[in-house]
Amino acid sequence: MKVMKIFMALAISAAIGFTGCKPKDADIKTAIETKMKADPDMAKTTVDVKDGVATISGECKDEACKAKCEKEVASVKGVKSVVNNCTVAAAPVVFTPPVITADDPLTQAVTDATKDFAGVVASVKDGVITLTGEIKKDLLPKLMMSLNSLKPKKIENQLTIK
Amino acid sequence: MALAEKYKELTDAAAAGGITDLQSREQDGVLYINGTAPSGAVKDQLWDIYGKIDPDFRAGDLILDVNVAVDANVTKVKVITESSNLNIRKGPGTDQPIVGKAAHHEIITLVNRSNEQWWLVRTADGEEGYSYARYLEPVAE
Repeated sequence: MKVMKIFMALAISAAIGFTGCKPKDADIKTAIETKMKADPDMAKTTVDVKDGVATISGECKDEACKAKCEKEVASVKGVKSVVNNCTVAAAPVVFTPPVITADDPLTQAVTDATKDFAGVVASVKDGVITLTGEIKKDLLPKLMMSLNSLKPKKIENQLTIK
Repeated sequence: MALAEKYKELTDAAAAGGITDLQSREQDGVLYINGTAPSGAVKDQLWDIYGKIDPDFRAGDLILDVNVAVDANVTKVKVITESSNLNIRKGPGTDQPIVGKAAHHEIITLVNRSNEQWWLVRTADGEEGYSYARYLEPVAE
């Protein structure tokens, strides 16, 4: 009996000792989350830990950020491996403001473009092309294509279409 | 962004047709769409859609500025006037003196396209000057 008790006590203390030096999943998770909060690159990521395997998800701004995120998590004590489910945010589309041709070069360009359209009268003011006169319907798209490529602010089409 | 909605079919077709450097944004009641089309057919398709949405191009709320990409290796262009000869001018502008003519459907040499509207060309007779790009069509070698 005595031997048995000693043996059991040893077993219990061993078990306690063993789990004691192996961080629990919840503690690992807390440690990782602390790191994530401190780093703006990882602000949009979350983590789950199960049996020492850390699974990260959320959004990173680019591939380098995603790789860094994984490295940071892997370096936390107790993490056996990392499953990186982070997505990379699509590059934002940057639109530049439209280019508007100044009146002098635009007037010249409009004169060139309308020269072969008999009956069409064009004027330019503040980047706006105003069309008056008349045109055959089948020629209208051709004229509009030409004028649109001259980078005006606007085209006021007051043509009589025949 | 009501205009973006009105011309959505157009911008969708532009994206699907492989328009590069595609930009689409509204400013002061006008939607500006810019980009480079891989072929003349894609540009024509966009204009067909524009013509469907606004048949007489009266609304004045869209500037569709799509150029057709021209292969840098192209050295020959065909004169695509209605029927007449094409003027070749000393400089880029209709105010410039005429230095030569190219016949309807003649194939001439393209020297450079540094000006979008006026291309520098040379005829077989050696007449060199600027012709209006609308009447020139790149010819595959």
